Amino acid sequence: MKLTINGQDHEVDVDPETPLLWVLRDEIGLTGTKYGCGIAMCGACTVHINGEPRRSCSLPLKLVDGDITTIEGVGSPEALSAVQKAWVEHQVAQCGFCQSGQIMTASALLSQIDNPTDEEIDKAMSGNICRCGTYVRIRAAIHDAASRLKNEGAA
Amino acid sequence: MGKILRRTFLIGSTAIVGGAAFGYYQVTKKYPNPLEANLAEGETALTPYVLIDKKGITLISPRAEMGQGVRTTLAALVAEELDVSLESVNVIHGPASKAYYNAALLEEAAGKAVTDESAGAERMRGIVRVVGKMMGNQTTGGSSSTPDAYERMRKAGAAARYALLKAASKQLNQPISQLTTENGYIISPDGTKISYTEFSEGAAKIKLPAHPPLKPKSQWKLLGKSLDRLDMVEKVTGTAQYAMDVRLPGMLYATVKTNPHLGAGLIDYDGSKATASSSVKQIVPIDNGLAVIATNSWAAFKAIEEIDFNWEKASYPETTKDMVDGVAAVFDEKPDSTLRDDGDVEAALSDNDNDQIEMEYSVPYLAHSTMEPMNAVAHFREGKLDIWVGSQAPTRCVTIAEELTGLNAKDITIHNMWLGGGFGRRGETDFVKQAIQIAMATEGTPVKMIWTREEDMRHDVYRPLTLARFKGALKNNKLTAYDMRVASSPAAIDGLARQGTKVNIPDPTIVQNAWDNPYSIENYRVYGYRAPTMLPIGFWRSVGASQNAFFQESAIDELAHKAGLDPIAFRLELLNHNPSRKVLETVRDMADWGSPLPSGHSRGVAFYLSFGVPTAQIIEVAQTPQGLKMVNAYIAADVGIALDPRNVEAQLHSGMVYGLTAAIMGEITVEDGQVIQSNFHDYDALRMYQTPDIHVKILENGSKIRGIGEPGTPPAAPALGNAIFALTGKRLRSLPFHHNVDFV
Repeated sequence: MKLTINGQDHEVDVDPETPLLWVLRDEIGLTGTKYGCGIAMCGACTVHINGEPRRSCSLPLKLVDGDITTIEGVGSPEALSAVQKAWVEHQVAQCGFCQSGQIMTASALLSQIDNPTDEEIDKAMSGNICRCGTYVRIRAAIHDAASRLKNEGAA
Repeated sequence: MGKILRRTFLIGSTAIVGGAAFGYYQVTKKYPNPLEANLAEGETALTPYVLIDKKGITLISPRAEMGQGVRTTLAALVAEELDVSLESVNVIHGPASKAYYNAALLEEAAGKAVTDESAGAERMRGIVRVVGKMMGNQTTGGSSSTPDAYERMRKAGAAARYALLKAASKQLNQPISQLTTENGYIISPDGTKISYTEFSEGAAKIKLPAHPPLKPKSQWKLLGKSLDRLDMVEKVTGTAQYAMDVRLPGMLYATVKTNPHLGAGLIDYDGSKATASSSVKQIVPIDNGLAVIATNSWAAFKAIEEIDFNWEKASYPETTKDMVDGVAAVFDEKPDSTLRDDGDVEAALSDNDNDQIEMEYSVPYLAHSTMEPMNAVAHFREGKLDIWVGSQAPTRCVTIAEELTGLNAKDITIHNMWLGGGFGRRGETDFVKQAIQIAMATEGTPVKMIWTREEDMRHDVYRPLTLARFKGALKNNKLTAYDMRVASSPAAIDGLARQGTKVNIPDPTIVQNAWDNPYSIENYRVYGYRAPTMLPIGFWRSVGASQNAFFQESAIDELAHKAGLDPIAFRLELLNHNPSRKVLETVRDMADWGSPLPSGHSRGVAFYLSFGVPTAQIIEVAQTPQGLKMVNAYIAADVGIALDPRNVEAQLHSGMVYGLTAAIMGEITVEDGQVIQSNFHDYDALRMYQTPDIHVKILENGSKIRGIGEPGTPPAAPALGNAIFALTGKRLRSLPFHHNVDFV
């Protein structure tokens, strides 16, 4: 089966029932997307399919119906996205294990709502658990990212 | 080692300095520097913390980074004295080694009140530190990393800098007094700058001073400042490597299932359906269960569900209710500890002129539920074993590996990765043992073993189910008697036993930080009662302090209300420790305590001194149509010296949220001898929309530097419970609160 991930084509030969998460991690080697629960309850596995946030742990390969973006496709240590820059600015991550998923959900939110309110942020982020409790800083970083994106757009 | 520990604990209050108890030679003997065993050509190890060659400098930050920021803070201790910037060096966890023993971890086992700084108490702590050193455990826990490293790692940096200066003095033919350093360079009197790396070989020949002078605080460039975490960019780009992310050539994937009747064995099984799949390679017996090895993780997850298991039953009670009865029964037995017994509680309670109150509190078992389920990668081949793991106890991993494989420690390499949460769970080695057993069965092929979330939730070492009974007496609205009795299974005794150290002492965690709480009450008693072990129990962020704070601070709140006094004024009247009074006064002012609130809002307060850190919290709640909502939270805490204020703030956020999850929804229950909860749908965590705005103030009035990974957790539950009482008049004496209150 053919997949487009972060703009690159990949050919994989696995059971079509395999959740996308394990195809990304074990077959393709993109380990930035995390396994946390396997039942779409924690958000650690969040990726984008055609820009929409999806829980890759519960998405069988055969139902993948678009281009996939993972955390590796959002930015890199050398070229951080606006959201990632805001995360660094606010020193959000602690253990960091949930943060790929948090950033994927936040990036999708900001692509839909330029300047989200606290309520809109809370709603969008409600499916992402952080056991380190970094929520206060995530919220601040999302507001910061929104203004960074606005400035980038203006520039 | 068990004998030594036992003997130490039996020394009692007759203080004997470490040298006399163990022999001066043993106490001062250094562990070999583990870096010297593996030096590459041209590399020099200046102390176990500094590695330098022509290309650059590497610092060893030998504690598990599980989110608490320790990699960065410990590296900054060395960097400050070595005079290098963190950006200019490489920082690694380094090898597992006894040289990185944690001497501060066991300090509370000295049996001295945390506020007792008398010479006798300090001598006892000194002895316990020696025990810690002799045990040689490289352990991360007990909020002890920073106090343990504070002098030791600054001295390492200073000693390395001295050696480089001395080498430069010889090489440049300049008196050492004429040379200085600046950010990784030796500066000559004429202003010439030469990199440290040019002097690494010369420095190798210099004898390192044991007690180099340290910079005064006023000259600190890194410490006391908020630094960018070394792991931040990796963690926001998905490039940070957790053990779960390790990939090796030819690697296979495994998962395990062990008996849900915890600790009991596997009688037999039928694996024929599982092995029918072409992606399944092998079924491997492990302790109390099986591992399935397959071509990817999901194939292993799927296959293990197709095995029919015939499990043995465990010997502990089969239901939560029976377990509660088992704990309650020990209140009728002899106490396990009687650490506090001021005045005459019995007499005060039999005074009929008193206003008396009796209260009974309880908390359930709790799971750690780290974001990253337990996992490890192991590769056994040609007489060598490599393990990639996120561990709070890497030297314990080596011991386990030696026992299982018969290899010597020199042939065992622990690659300690970033930890996707620890909270005490990753101090255990059950999952590491499984990974080794799998690797031995697949000799030559590396295997990554990942637990499913379900396996993780149901095979934890839980925070113990705990009960507390109080009696209090007020005379003229003044608290005259306070009797606290706590019963639970012994987390410390059990935890040490799993690490091979069997001790027979009163379990210090049952009454942790309750017996030495700095309240002055004329008649004040805190006794611990030891219940038999039922579910396996362990160290859960802040350990006994987490439930004892809920008990104590709810009970004190009840007594304040009974006396008709303001809960903060009531506590200030009792507090006999100045840094503790300051945090309570500070949080009172931060929250504008006493000022009018909108209708449907209320505030609750709690104070607790745990791990040496007085911490006060106020939570403001609001009744909304969707349920009770926490709208604001305030924390004041005193760490003595805040090495990285922004990181201390993050840990206070984190500790509080962890405590609030437990307060509102955390509960592990048992039926038919098995844990019921299995995943986040029935063991959830606080989410962003449920989290209040958290305001933090960090104080530095305490006399010693303290660690901050845990102290934010204990006051959270009672602060919330007290706010709920203020709003509803309903006193909630058991956790979790969601049984009695609808939250948003």
